[in-house]
Amino acid sequence: MVLLPVIIVGSVGLFFGIFLGIASKKLHVYVDPRVAQIQELLPGANCSGCAYPGCGAFAKAVVEGKADPTGCIPGGRKIASKIAEIMGVDAAFAEAKMAVVHCKGGTREAKERAVYDGITDCHAAVLTGNASKVCSDGCLGLGSCVRACPFNALRINDNHVAVVDPAKCTGCGNCVSACPRSLIELIPKVHKIFIACNNHERGGKVKKYCSVGCTACTLCVKATPSGAIEMKNNLPVLDYTKAENFISAAYKCPSHCFVDLVKARPKANIDTKCDGCGLCLPVCPVKGAIVGEKGERHSIDKTKCIGCGICLDVCPLHAISLWGGLGYNPSDKSKRQRST
Amino acid sequence: MNIATLVQISIGAILINNFVLTRFLGLCPFFGVSKKLSSALGMGMAVIFVMSVASMFSWIIYNYVLIPYNVTYLYTIIFILVIASLVQLVEMTLQKFSPNLYDALGIYLPLITTNCAILGVAVLNTVTEDYNFLESIVNGISSGIGFTLALVLMAGIRGKLELANIPKTLAGLPIAFIAAGLMAIAFLGFSGLNFFQSIGG
Repeated sequence: MVLLPVIIVGSVGLFFGIFLGIASKKLHVYVDPRVAQIQELLPGANCSGCAYPGCGAFAKAVVEGKADPTGCIPGGRKIASKIAEIMGVDAAFAEAKMAVVHCKGGTREAKERAVYDGITDCHAAVLTGNASKVCSDGCLGLGSCVRACPFNALRINDNHVAVVDPAKCTGCGNCVSACPRSLIELIPKVHKIFIACNNHERGGKVKKYCSVGCTACTLCVKATPSGAIEMKNNLPVLDYTKAENFISAAYKCPSHCFVDLVKARPKANIDTKCDGCGLCLPVCPVKGAIVGEKGERHSIDKTKCIGCGICLDVCPLHAISLWGGLGYNPSDKSKRQRST
Repeated sequence: MNIATLVQISIGAILINNFVLTRFLGLCPFFGVSKKLSSALGMGMAVIFVMSVASMFSWIIYNYVLIPYNVTYLYTIIFILVIASLVQLVEMTLQKFSPNLYDALGIYLPLITTNCAILGVAVLNTVTEDYNFLESIVNGISSGIGFTLALVLMAGIRGKLELANIPKTLAGLPIAFIAAGLMAIAFLGFSGLNFFQSIGG
């Protein structure tokens, strides 16, 4: 009596087992083992910064040769080189990028012209009478970009403006398309300075409704001798491809539109080679940062120096160098990358 | 057996005795897969397919193996065996012949193996209701449709909930539970549908 159920369950199981065994042989699909290997390496956030629907699709595209092994933006160099190893190719690296929000005018700085009480979504707010801020280009602080970020790198601060955490940002670019006002841009990660304003109106108007709005005064353009800043449509455009650190431009801005992510910049120091020619004095953007009589060794007022490094290039004796700032040296590319 | 009985069974399975909202079976995928409308539809289609095939095979095995040997008490283990093997087969077939659909269904296909709604429909067809072969298949298909209906409705509601201003403590799954409870109450209204007399079943 005990035997019968055992036989029945056993034979049904055996039948399905053999059936599935045959089926798996007949219906076998060859999957490249490299796809699984690559997928294991990938972050798995499915951010689609690589322009594929997810990490699985990207892994498949790499193996099929359609995508570049370095295509995974959040993965960075480490993962890219591992993928290149699996694929047996050399990886050509793209520059690491991070997102920045071109606005810092929150509730404390920018005026509102209405009260928005709708869905907490920037797109909805823009559709509802172009949102509540007077500034038609400013951040709405409703967090559409925060929700779009797969890496929790964005947040709305207590001033109701979106800010990026550079340590968490991978540069996938999901937030760029999520912002209805196109306030977010990807900049090279080695650069720590960007302009936090997107207002294209003329100066007088901007001043009336935002205390940190760009007034198009062009002082930053004048403070940048390398010509890396250009005014376009009443707004300075920073050219990150040029060798320029934008420190002097950020210092000169009367509206404090620039954001510098580095807390402590290195300061200039003049050594004993200085013969007091005085060439550094006119180029220094800070009044009184370089002091000294003509013909004698000059010195730097460390409390005033902003560390822009413009004086380094004009000194004929190479007597000026930058010191401090947690080992930060603008001329040393490798260190700049490490600090990111 | 006539058409009226079949209509009755299908209306009963889709609306009156909806698998998710009245019988409370298969709640795991109901909450797990109802975040997006597209994946909810995909899951629904997979469930319809597996449910109809499973009710077919389980009916055959129940009536031609278990009843003749008088071992009907084995139905749970046998049905699970049948469903698991079928899902495996469906997965292999899809991967071979329709990789696109396979990719679209993704993880949901193997998830169906452990879905109690499938076992529920197999048990209902044979042990509880004693349907004949055709009725079993109709019941399987319409139960799947009922499941899909609940899933798609839920996905729509949860899409709206994403944008709604919900208290922090309730955001996410808690509000989904509340919405599901309200939907279940609404579906309770269908129990008043008096098809049985008017069609003449």
